[in-house]
Amino acid sequence: MNTIYYILICLFCINTLKSQDAIKGKVVFKENRETLALEGANIYWLGTSQGTTSDEFGDFIINSSKKSESLIISYLGFYSDTLKIISNKKFVHFLKEDLSTNLDEVYLFERKKSAKLSFTKTQNTILVDASELLKAACCNLSESFETNPSIDVSFSDALTGTKQINMLGLKSPYILISEENIPMVRGASQAYGLTFTPGTWVESIQISKGAGSVVNGFESIAGQINTELKKPFTDNPFFLNLFGSKNGRLELNTHFNKKITEKWSTGLFIHLNQRNQKIDKNIDGFLDVPLANQVNILNRFQYIDAVKGLVVFYNVRFLNDKKQTGQVSFNPDIDKNSSILWGSEIDTKRFDMALKVGYVFPEYPYKSFGLQTAYSKHDQKAYYGLRNYDIFHESFYGNILFNSILNNTNNKFKSGLNFSLDNYVENIDSQDFSRTDKNLGAFFEWSHDDLEILSWTAGLRVDFNNNIGNFVTPRLHLRYALNATTIIRLSSGSGRKAANIFAENQSIFGSNRKIYIEKENNPFYGLLPEKAWNYGVSISKSIQLLNKNSNLIFDFYNTQFSNQVVVDFEEEGRVLFYNLNGDSSAKSLQLTFDIDLTPQLQFISAFKNDIVSIDYKSGKKQKQLMPRNKFFANLSWNSIKNLKNQQWLFDFTVHHLGSQRLVKNSSILNMTQSPSYSILNMQLTKILSNSSDIYIGVENFGNYTQKNPIISNELPFNANFDSSQVWAPIFGRMIYVGLRYKI
Amino acid sequence: MKNYIYILFLVSASTINAQDSSKKEKTTFKVLGNCEMCKMRIEKAALSLKGVKYAKWSVLESQLSLIYNPSRVEILEIHNSIANSGHDTSDIEAPTDIYNELPICCLYVRDKKNNAPLK
Repeated sequence: MNTIYYILICLFCINTLKSQDAIKGKVVFKENRETLALEGANIYWLGTSQGTTSDEFGDFIINSSKKSESLIISYLGFYSDTLKIISNKKFVHFLKEDLSTNLDEVYLFERKKSAKLSFTKTQNTILVDASELLKAACCNLSESFETNPSIDVSFSDALTGTKQINMLGLKSPYILISEENIPMVRGASQAYGLTFTPGTWVESIQISKGAGSVVNGFESIAGQINTELKKPFTDNPFFLNLFGSKNGRLELNTHFNKKITEKWSTGLFIHLNQRNQKIDKNIDGFLDVPLANQVNILNRFQYIDAVKGLVVFYNVRFLNDKKQTGQVSFNPDIDKNSSILWGSEIDTKRFDMALKVGYVFPEYPYKSFGLQTAYSKHDQKAYYGLRNYDIFHESFYGNILFNSILNNTNNKFKSGLNFSLDNYVENIDSQDFSRTDKNLGAFFEWSHDDLEILSWTAGLRVDFNNNIGNFVTPRLHLRYALNATTIIRLSSGSGRKAANIFAENQSIFGSNRKIYIEKENNPFYGLLPEKAWNYGVSISKSIQLLNKNSNLIFDFYNTQFSNQVVVDFEEEGRVLFYNLNGDSSAKSLQLTFDIDLTPQLQFISAFKNDIVSIDYKSGKKQKQLMPRNKFFANLSWNSIKNLKNQQWLFDFTVHHLGSQRLVKNSSILNMTQSPSYSILNMQLTKILSNSSDIYIGVENFGNYTQKNPIISNELPFNANFDSSQVWAPIFGRMIYVGLRYKI
Repeated sequence: MKNYIYILFLVSASTINAQDSSKKEKTTFKVLGNCEMCKMRIEKAALSLKGVKYAKWSVLESQLSLIYNPSRVEILEIHNSIANSGHDTSDIEAPTDIYNELPICCLYVRDKKNNAPLK
């Protein structure tokens, strides 16, 4: 809801000695972080017909008038203002949005906030653009949700420090994570895949809550996160980002983009990161953060022929990621698989290739055809103490999509086929868990939009899967505008998933828990595929509070599993995997409130309540390490850009996590719940010019850490050793600095 | 395998159905208006008629692009429908009482010169 728009009109008359009669100026508007040119504003002298409009850069020139010295500046949806031009001195003037007359159209202006709930989309979708990603030290996709209340970032284990994301109280495997609409973080890359997309590559992120679209598959249960990467055609010819943090992490990101011909462009994106400093601040003998080394290279080609309506993307990507963790004095060359020192190395090589072709029929702009194909090879070799875990996942994905209309453009449809082939070779020590998944699906999605009040998207897909069988996936989204400021959204749908139990729960290898699988004659490790229904309601309302624009959003989603692979840590020294017997649901409530305190100062807060209850063998319980209550607040401020385009930006974020249930463990017998705690993050950015900026930030300012994150750290070969039960940061206050430069 | 073929058939059938292009005509003409609200009103007025497939009005150029099926709807009917929503088209002027009812922001400047048919 773009109800919060102010216009900032800066008029500066350039003191040219020779032509004092011409008044030059610039019309701009302020939006969140950026000052943008306002094209098409009317500028005229009061009581005359002498006027002009601003051009695409917001600039205008108007000759001074003999009849009037009152200059009127107007733009639709904003209060017009009259400025007295008495001198050539430059002045700054605010023009306020006119809500009384034009409420209906306010949202139709496509002014963007860096993260906002889409007003017009049928689905409950939050759009996050690249400027939101600049608010925190988001080095990669897993960290890019720190300033977003809909997604929780939690630590998955004390060893690798990998951040895992949760949505609607469910872990990332229940979210369909796609890159440019091709499913990406899945299968073998489930645990670390989010860390394989560097933050600077990201152009925008779309977060959809609830059952997703049928177009991208049947796997989305809690929602969908789609990432759009920077496009060679529109990205800067050169970009450089350097980052360094006190926990020893160094990063380099660089992009090169080049136009080959009028229609072909190419981009080379290189990411390197390294951490080679051994840090053990909590003196438990284990590294607080792993030693790491990543090389990540993406080369993409983009072809656009606007006349013929043809767009082609071709990507090739190579990744090599190495992590070493465990005891501080562990030396992999000597101590690998030794029973004296505990250590681990995770080595991932990944290759990705994708080809996308889009064609819009030039005669019929509503009719288009799309083809997506992707191939990936993911090869992870790892050992954790004495346990060896290797997974090789080769995947082929193909999607044919046809878009057109039914009757007229108020009724659109998407129809097509997807095919996927996933080959897994998976070994724990000498035990083989290899399998092949083949899936062919056909989908049809009908979207109705009356352009005003009601819109809905109804989708259905039929899948034929060699391991799951044949099944139907229905999904429905509905949006209803109760009035100009209130939107109600409803959604429901089912989803299924093959649980890759080891890849998804790799943190169990950082423990000496014995693994038990209750095998039956089922396709996935002897377990059934997971199936769930998701129902949700979301109400958003824009309100005027103390004459300031603000939004209130209420979300409630319920995910009801009819089958789930339960991961049971309830007994010490063992981890059990079994099919759900009973009830499992995740009920997630979120209340979000945001307000623009001044045009430069925005505040957003959210309260969340997640009740994730699972029938374990030992009874119904809240999922471990899942806080019931959470609170989030973010304050972001920016100075007004000066004439040299310099600007200050400041962000302050608080996460408060309520108490989390802990599983039984003999070293902390009396502790069944973690204490609640808060984390403060902040970042200050100075934009030096249009091409460069520097930033400094602090994560975990309050220096809150979990005292003994690793259970039985003294005896890492003891049966009770466990690094997977982490409820708070391990690393304390972390200061980082960075710079960005672009041409 | 039978199932696969069946599904393929289903999808291709819907595709063929959609491509049933029983003589579609493309045209553009001038429609006066101001803003995004006008855009919605103009497009709605055009799409409310059966046989109108596609209607996009450009705020900057005040041009309406249309795709319609001439055997089901006559171009004059489209002009009429838009005029009755309060917007002057290149052929038909909107009734003054309807024009006067438009929200303030939509009260575009009625210029007789602009009403001359295009070309």
